[in-house]
Amino acid sequence: MSVATVTLKIDGVEVTVPEGTTILKAAKDSGIIIPTLCNLEGLTSYGGCRLCLVEIMGSPKLFPACATPVSTGMEVITQSQKLKEYRKMAVQMLLAERTHICSVCVANDHCELQSLANQLGVDYVMFERAWTSHEIDSTHDFLVIDRNRCILCTRCIRVCDEIEGVHTLDLKLRGKDAQVIMDLDDHWANSCSCTSCRKCAKVCPVGAIYIEGEPLSHTKHKDVAEFIMERRQRKRRQ
Amino acid sequence: MKKTRLATIWLSGCSGCHMSFLDQDELLIDLAKLVQLVYSPIADIKVFPENVDVTLVEGAVANEEQLNMLRQARARTKILISLGDCAVTGNVTALRNAWNNSDQAVLGRAFVENANVNQQIPTDVPRLLKKVHPLHEVVKIDYFIPGCPPSAGVINYVLTELLSGRTPNMEGRSKYG
Repeated sequence: MSVATVTLKIDGVEVTVPEGTTILKAAKDSGIIIPTLCNLEGLTSYGGCRLCLVEIMGSPKLFPACATPVSTGMEVITQSQKLKEYRKMAVQMLLAERTHICSVCVANDHCELQSLANQLGVDYVMFERAWTSHEIDSTHDFLVIDRNRCILCTRCIRVCDEIEGVHTLDLKLRGKDAQVIMDLDDHWANSCSCTSCRKCAKVCPVGAIYIEGEPLSHTKHKDVAEFIMERRQRKRRQ
Repeated sequence: MKKTRLATIWLSGCSGCHMSFLDQDELLIDLAKLVQLVYSPIADIKVFPENVDVTLVEGAVANEEQLNMLRQARARTKILISLGDCAVTGNVTALRNAWNNSDQAVLGRAFVENANVNQQIPTDVPRLLKKVHPLHEVVKIDYFIPGCPPSAGVINYVLTELLSGRTPNMEGRSKYG
């Protein structure tokens, strides 16, 4: 069975990938890393964090690489001064939106937001910070959610729905007030659908969902979704 | 050669940034050849002087005295630098901002709720501001050195660059937390 392919240019390099591939995946496969916080291989694209924005020659618009499929003849630019400024601004907005204090966070040194801020040289936040006091739910035996550290990437929601298949987690409210909830906005301990599989804690890019008493260096395992999807496909082929 | 006039000030922070500054160890000897320390918590000088070239500020602005101190330092300094997470973001010092009327809330908690005798909010100390502010919310800041604390290496890098007339580039160098 032959797969239709598409040839395009990413940062001047010619790349050939299967039809339907996203720009983010095509770039990754040819060794070009585009920053992202919400995208995770094995899960559907969400396009929420806006860090993977890229330029496409001939268009004044910016495109989210994780949600834009490649097309023949496309010329993509993943690194430019303009993109860098936008990415820095996106990180600053995320830092300003909730109470992100690295020095007292369980994810200090193991946080994708923190490491991206450092890489991009975000040395201060130009926006006034919202000092939020959203509820911290530690009612579950070992899973904890601190909504003040959440960046609303929805990785936890997607892994819970698409991989574990139980859809315990979802969002309530909108914009800056949005919050990850369990079942019909119940305490975690009362959730009848949660299987305590820990995948939400494994994929959380920040310190919002974590396992009590365990260092994040042990519990972060963001490749879990990709790993399980590969295993499932292999099994189906057998 | 005329020495660069360097000052460091300590607002609401834990002094960790100053410890990190001192942690430059033998590099301080090289630094001392280039700068004159004109004001600092580690030097016994009472008044913030005029004509300062570079001032490193540790800590966030949490009370009126600090607000005045920072404004004075800004007026008398060419290059003002936010040193460390409290100065840059508010950090732990600013966690009280999550409460409404946080100045009264923290004072009430400390001096009334948890006091066994003389339950009263002190009036003979500088008045707390309603909110804790990172420095750039109050005055113009020229450079930021995040970190809790920033490493001695990063502090030395920024000072060395500035003393050589170059602009420090924090990309990949600094680290929050």
